[in-house]
Amino acid sequence: MIPFALHTPTTLDEALDLLEKYGEDARPIAGGTALVLLMQQRLVRPEHLVTLGGIKELNGIDASNGALRIGAAVHHRVLENNEQAKQGWPLLTYTYRRVATVRIRNVATVGGGLAHADPNQDPPATYIALNARVGITSKKGRRELPAEELFTGYYETALEPGELITDVTVPRPERPLRTAYLKFLPRTADDYATVAVSVALDVEDGRCRDARIAINSAGPTPIRARPAEDVLRGQPLTPELFRAAAATVPPLTDPVSDHRGSANYKSRMAEVFTRRALEQATA
Amino acid sequence: MTVHVRFRVNGQEHELDVPEQRLLIDAIRYDIGLTGSKLGCGVGVCGACTVLVDGQMVSSCLMLTAMADGADITTIEGLAQDGELAPIQKGFLKYGGFQCGICTPGQIMAAQALLNENPHPTEADIKEWMMGNLCRCTGYYKIIESIERTAAGEV
Repeated sequence: MIPFALHTPTTLDEALDLLEKYGEDARPIAGGTALVLLMQQRLVRPEHLVTLGGIKELNGIDASNGALRIGAAVHHRVLENNEQAKQGWPLLTYTYRRVATVRIRNVATVGGGLAHADPNQDPPATYIALNARVGITSKKGRRELPAEELFTGYYETALEPGELITDVTVPRPERPLRTAYLKFLPRTADDYATVAVSVALDVEDGRCRDARIAINSAGPTPIRARPAEDVLRGQPLTPELFRAAAATVPPLTDPVSDHRGSANYKSRMAEVFTRRALEQATA
Repeated sequence: MTVHVRFRVNGQEHELDVPEQRLLIDAIRYDIGLTGSKLGCGVGVCGACTVLVDGQMVSSCLMLTAMADGADITTIEGLAQDGELAPIQKGFLKYGGFQCGICTPGQIMAAQALLNENPHPTEADIKEWMMGNLCRCTGYYKIIESIERTAAGEV
């Protein structure tokens, strides 16, 4: 790893000052499980690291206003074990429990995972399926982005130099959603998925009022499967409908061939796992 | 450049001046001299470098030493008390979870972290928890059995 200067702010203001001052030469670091690896491989060579662990403002989970607001420095495992989150947003806590191993989840943070923007990660599809918004703050002010607009390419986000993910907000659905997160893992349980699908359906009297579907590991960003959602919306839920919705998925995908499968295989598995996720969500 | 770090390892205070990029596994092994924790894959996958930081198991190969400032760290050397092995260590010896020794310190630290949180884990709990600790000697049945028997007090 190449040397760098380490800054340990204790307030959000201080951290934003540092990120503003050093711009592209600085990276925030929370858990470090992703960034330390990138630095060891010299894929990222920041001159300044700004630690976020000591900043209280980034570290809470709050559901008192109905929505679930998660501080960016909350560890994966704290969120997955949070009682309010488990009760109100079980898809989210389930998804976090599927990330890597306990060792990683003890350290990796919610905001760090989003900023890392590896399309093989688990939470992004679920945040998109749950219509989450990502809070982004800089010295210039605060803005919010829908989760699906955060990701712009492999390891690329819409974050500008000086900006920091500070929180994620997941709305509380009007009634409990029918959900599933399905991860295709032909190798080991702690691996990244070959493809993974998150679905959230709003179902009333056997009819789909609304649907949100997103897919990981099938392109340079998580992919929102809008055509599949359109097929489902307003329709009575049947196995034929699920098949028709899933059939719209392969053209949306743009996977890479790797040791987890060829691009063609992943595209076809994205269809299969979308159908299965829909079946599981409504079983 | 260096950074000044203070933490406790196995109950003993340590103060170190280390380069910012010093990894915790290297500080533990080379600066402090506790070589029980092993560097295996170096990318957070194999679990050989597992230690407890403030009671939570972590991959010390992915953690900057500076990020552990102020922490309470436990390594494999910290489990035995007054020369007597901890129950989980006895369990690994008695039931064959201990093979060549490379993965064992990490396996035992992970198992200890599980038992701290869940003193009576089911086999499914053990498998889910331990899946991030790789063994290349003998497979995993003896390790699972070692943890089950330790939890049952049969050491």
